[in-house]
Amino acid sequence: MNTSNQAASEVDRADTPTASDNDALAKRWRRATEEPAWLKVTLITVALAFVALFLVLPLSVVLFGAFERGIATWLEAIRDPDALSAIRLTLLIVAIVVPLNTLFGIAAAWAIAKFEFRGKPILISLIDMPFAISPVVVGLIFVILFGSQGWLGPWLAAHDLRIIFAVPGIVIVIAFGTLPFIARELIPLMQQQGKEEEEASLTLGASGFKTFWHVTLPNIKWGLIYGIILCNARAMGEFGAVAVVSGRIRGETNTVPLHIEVLYNEYMFTAAFAVSSLLTGLALVTIAIKSVVEWQDERRQRRAAA
Amino acid sequence: MSIEIDRVNKRFRDFVAVDDVSLTFREGELTALLGPSGSGKTTLLRIIAGLEQPDTGRIRFHGEDTTDLHVSKRGVGFVFQHYALFKHMTVFQNVAYGLTVRPRATRPTKDEIKQKVMRLLELVQLDWTAHRYPHQLSGGQRQRIALARALAVEPKVLLLDEPFGALDAKVRAELRRWLRRLHDDIHVTSVFVTHDQEEALEVSDRVVVMNKGRVEQDGSPEEVYDHPANPFVYRFLGNVNLFEARVHQGSAHIGGIALPAPEYADQRNEHGHAYVRPHEIEVFARQEHADALPAKVELVSVVGPAVRLELHTDASDALVHAELPKHRYRALGLSQGSDAWIRPLHSRVFLPDERVLNG
Repeated sequence: MNTSNQAASEVDRADTPTASDNDALAKRWRRATEEPAWLKVTLITVALAFVALFLVLPLSVVLFGAFERGIATWLEAIRDPDALSAIRLTLLIVAIVVPLNTLFGIAAAWAIAKFEFRGKPILISLIDMPFAISPVVVGLIFVILFGSQGWLGPWLAAHDLRIIFAVPGIVIVIAFGTLPFIARELIPLMQQQGKEEEEASLTLGASGFKTFWHVTLPNIKWGLIYGIILCNARAMGEFGAVAVVSGRIRGETNTVPLHIEVLYNEYMFTAAFAVSSLLTGLALVTIAIKSVVEWQDERRQRRAAA
Repeated sequence: MSIEIDRVNKRFRDFVAVDDVSLTFREGELTALLGPSGSGKTTLLRIIAGLEQPDTGRIRFHGEDTTDLHVSKRGVGFVFQHYALFKHMTVFQNVAYGLTVRPRATRPTKDEIKQKVMRLLELVQLDWTAHRYPHQLSGGQRQRIALARALAVEPKVLLLDEPFGALDAKVRAELRRWLRRLHDDIHVTSVFVTHDQEEALEVSDRVVVMNKGRVEQDGSPEEVYDHPANPFVYRFLGNVNLFEARVHQGSAHIGGIALPAPEYADQRNEHGHAYVRPHEIEVFARQEHADALPAKVELVSVVGPAVRLELHTDASDALVHAELPKHRYRALGLSQGSDAWIRPLHSRVFLPDERVLNG
């Protein structure tokens, strides 16, 4: 998370050599890790060009497309009942899936980092599986499980439960697809931290819960926030698996990404871009929140240090 | 508060960490658990703390069985090798932690906590660091904070796991003397684990030497150093020379000389090993004594005020190490390659059927 900052300060330091009294000497005594200026400039240019071409340009296109016909058209597209229903559904799913996977992520990371048990490598590989499987296949798996022709279909029908082509199905596939994000973020962090601080807390008389709350959680805070942000972004944006299980019932089982596709297929480009700009905006806001929180925390630590 | 360890066993899969150990640590005593890595000393300490469960055996604090008591209820202070300070808390918050996490009913007031924490920080001479974070302190300072934090909960026993292991030599020596003085002031029953024999001998009232999960010897530092119970303890506590010896009617014959070994008065022509410490070997330039062995100086190294010699003699397979003061070495006029005579002043003989351990 901080690597970009570190890289930037690294560059600053290179510009102001420590032995600045004698420039000629400083030049000759260049450190082994310092590169010639042309290489530095080339690398920075390449990186910036990539960012501009593949990140900034598409983002601008989305925002431009959304507001091309003015704010009134944009508002109209958002206020459309189908769009509002898609937004509500997406928020509902996020509200269910993110806490669920936060819980799972912490539990899995805790188990893997702090305990020794048989089958640990298998668990670690299994957690990665949702990344490896195509989302469409994920959708199909759950159709086969819960669909009316599927294994549990007749039982579900008998009990009047709907999973496929309904909200529960969407929640399940999105939970599946976003399962690794938080766990993946926390496992290396917790493994690296070991369990000494927790043990210290226990010997000082703290209960298991207090130890978790006062010691474990603050130590994994940044990893956890980062994981939640990634999980949240993916939960809002998931398309493939949802497309298979939702049945795309307008105003009922269309999430925001599905609604965008519908609009696009119906040649309503401005409306499609308008709704897209919502997702993009949410992404930008989450990144901004993360930066602000991080910056605040750094400032607090610096103040305490002074 | 005394600690009683009663026939404790602990294994990790095939590895026997603690093998049927029984020990009693007396009230107010500072004991060193000394042994090489893998000797089970840290595991034993963690079992006393409740951080590990023994497979069999009981732990009693002052006669009260605490084996099944959770670590948070045991009232032990534990100091870790790598400090284990809470990184995200200030020094003050670290030391106060044990008091602030108490349930409301038994928690002291904010003012009381503040007073107590500041008193402890003064005790470890670090009251000026209260508002700093652990990463802003040196290793020695962090370990003193860790100690203050452990003492804040007024533990019944204080357990220290290689407390100075991660520090450099000078800080280490200072800190262990400081720990000794601190212990004399507060007198809480303390056990500390170390692999450094010098540390164990200097700091503790009592030394327990462990190897392969067993207790090899248990006694005062002097006893353990001067009268090692077996070859392992001999080798582990300082350097030692090994001579092949023939044990016959109360004396050990090495090469052409005889050393007294009264404990073996009944043995006849047994083969054994004589252990002699480097500083217990006298070196001569000429054959001044009839009972000296001829040798040749192979290597001379001057280490501060002392001189270490490596000598070759027919009586020993390995090179013999001798240590003498620099002025004595100068007076002898020896140099590398010259002939010399050596005489063991004191030796301890072990027969092979006694437990011979790898060293």
